[in-house]
Amino acid sequence: MTDSLLEQRLMLHPQVALRPEPFGALAYHYGNRKLVFLKHPDVVRLVQALDGTGTTAEKLSECEIDAARWPSFERALANLHASEMLQ
Amino acid sequence: MSKTQLVEQLKNGLDAPICLTWELTYACNLECVHCLSSSGRRDPRELTTDEAKAVLDELHDLQVFYINMGGGEPMIRRDFFELLEYSIGRGIGVKFSTNGAFIDAEKAERLTAMDYLDIQISLDGTDAVTNDAVRGEGSYDTAIQAMNHLREAGFGEFKISVVVTRYNVDQLDEFKALADEYGAQLRITRLRPSGRGADSWHDLHPTQAQQRQIYDWLVLNGENVLTGDSFFHLNALGEEPLPGLNMCGAGRVVCLIDPIGDVYACPFVIHDEFKAGSVRDQGGFSQVWKQSDLFTELREPQSAGACSACGEFDACQGGCMAAKFFTGLPLDGPDPECVKGHGEAALLAASSVQVPKPMMDHSKPSRVPVTIGRR
Repeated sequence: MTDSLLEQRLMLHPQVALRPEPFGALAYHYGNRKLVFLKHPDVVRLVQALDGTGTTAEKLSECEIDAARWPSFERALANLHASEMLQ
Repeated sequence: MSKTQLVEQLKNGLDAPICLTWELTYACNLECVHCLSSSGRRDPRELTTDEAKAVLDELHDLQVFYINMGGGEPMIRRDFFELLEYSIGRGIGVKFSTNGAFIDAEKAERLTAMDYLDIQISLDGTDAVTNDAVRGEGSYDTAIQAMNHLREAGFGEFKISVVVTRYNVDQLDEFKALADEYGAQLRITRLRPSGRGADSWHDLHPTQAQQRQIYDWLVLNGENVLTGDSFFHLNALGEEPLPGLNMCGAGRVVCLIDPIGDVYACPFVIHDEFKAGSVRDQGGFSQVWKQSDLFTELREPQSAGACSACGEFDACQGGCMAAKFFTGLPLDGPDPECVKGHGEAALLAASSVQVPKPMMDHSKPSRVPVTIGRR
């Protein structure tokens, strides 16, 4: 077991809906009623790709996100994980 | 993207509102002196059940996640539960504001059985004297009784919604304790000079010293208290910004649908000047949200006007459009409650100006005592 989100197989919580917006997307969790802003289209692409089948690192590669940007993506995912948008 | 950049993005508007208020009816059993919508009597042009459902279908297509239903007293509508269930069935969560008069034990259980539902009970004092002075005789007991029913039914965390005035500002800690006692969440919002509030605002709005009191209280307690971002004008008081986006969302992320389907920029500006269209127009709500001239204009960069010379503009954003409008102040100048004191000077300067009167007054006719007797 590791704590790094990069090694985990995450997926969008089934009660979360994404709504596309000019800046990225809004994510709304119908269960805990939290609203979160996904502030970049690439974050939206990544979150949409998270389906529990591969690790975050694998998904980042699949989405062709430059490794230099991974730390900022990890922070974004950590926020989403904390608000239970990702599980 | 930082929070500042996000706010800049949001000012350009969203594809659909985040915070949509829908006043279901102008009918109300109360006559609160600060009612934003001057409610009292039902409007005969009120949206029908079918029209209301068509609006909900549209909001579903726009992926509006949740809406705030209010009034008037929304529970007065005979189809209230039908609309509630329809909305939730379409994936649109509902938070509704009520004075509690129609929440008895049976209704409380029915509401408890529903998912994606929030209830907001309005209360403007932690004692009957303070509350009833604003909301009418008996309204304190009514609200407490509704809260008891919700607690007994096991509804869980409902909300207690307080409009902060000169007379209840000292009760903020007591409100918090009351909410905690009921396992409820406290929500406090700013008094606006809108609707009947245009007449009561001058007597009720917090003093300058009390504004500091609200700010300090929010800095201490803000994370656990909802405000609907309504106190962003207080940000000029200190280094620490209040939680929230701190921007005027009117026509950008916020809007109001009134009982007859008219769409306004926000719940505090029921006036032709801020009416963007109607859900009954060709193209419906989406067309109004996406294309109306008014909303397009509100999403363009706004001038800071007289406030551009003030170093605090970035913090307070010039305050609330509605508060300025209904006190006769220019929209590109200070808020009447500007914490730097510029509002008082502006109010003096505007004292000879004709102040716009709120429109759509549905207040009940004032009761003139009738003397019946022999001539």
